[in-house]
Amino acid sequence: MYAWIWRHLPGPVPIRIVLATAIVAAVVLLLFTQVFPWAEQSLPFLKVTVDE
Amino acid sequence: MSAVRTATRSVGELLVTAGLVLLLFVSYQLVWTNFEANRAQDGVSDQIRDDWQRPAASGQTGETGEVGRLTDFGKGFAFMHIPRLGRSYSVPVVEGVALDDLAKGIGHYPKTVLPGEVGNFAVAGHRATHGEPFAYLDEVRKGDAVVVETQEEWFVYVIDRTRIVQPTDTWVIAPVPGRPDAVPTERLITLTTCNPRWASTERLIVWGHLESRRSKAAGRPAELRADA
Repeated sequence: MYAWIWRHLPGPVPIRIVLATAIVAAVVLLLFTQVFPWAEQSLPFLKVTVDE
Repeated sequence: MSAVRTATRSVGELLVTAGLVLLLFVSYQLVWTNFEANRAQDGVSDQIRDDWQRPAASGQTGETGEVGRLTDFGKGFAFMHIPRLGRSYSVPVVEGVALDDLAKGIGHYPKTVLPGEVGNFAVAGHRATHGEPFAYLDEVRKGDAVVVETQEEWFVYVIDRTRIVQPTDTWVIAPVPGRPDAVPTERLITLTTCNPRWASTERLIVWGHLESRRSKAAGRPAELRADA
């Protein structure tokens, strides 16, 4: 999978490194702002109130 | 043979990726949520101090004991000081107990009275992640002070008892806890958080009563002074 992505990145190696870093950063950002806040709602840590 | 190798490598890469994502999730929970919550708390603290520069807000001048007066959810209106949890422990109290509100500090149950009023001033706070203001609430003992600072007054509550209850036990934040129909005569405080800290199958409840009050002009109460 990673080798496939690397092969399909355009340009010489320095450009590919920049692109790969950008992709990793985008994925991490997506995880921290969208996926993790959604996922943690199914964990118990956020339940601190008494309710019906 | 090559197909087998490709498949094996793909599965391996997926597993490594899953492991990395889990590690990232743990860092998100243990580090990032606290970082974000501290930043949000600083913002709310600034907002409260700005508000206090002006004359008392209209939301606080309603009939004493009337609930649901603060309608601005997520807005800060007080600071809570708990000396047992640290000499400099001071966390903003915001209106509402939704996740968005609790992300900014300690949350006030909207259907309960405001600090110092007859009835039950009830709040909730995170015990794990997201700033975790009540991480060590289990260390609070009978006789400890919980000081609520509003625009004009210090309210010194003293803890009476703690108890572990079920998440559905809403009676704990009733005006008279445990007696839903009783007419309140005392000025109480209730703190709720999850229990156990990392499982949250129950709730940890801390109750106290108003011991004394003091105008802001008179300076910090003895419970918060360094020489106390």
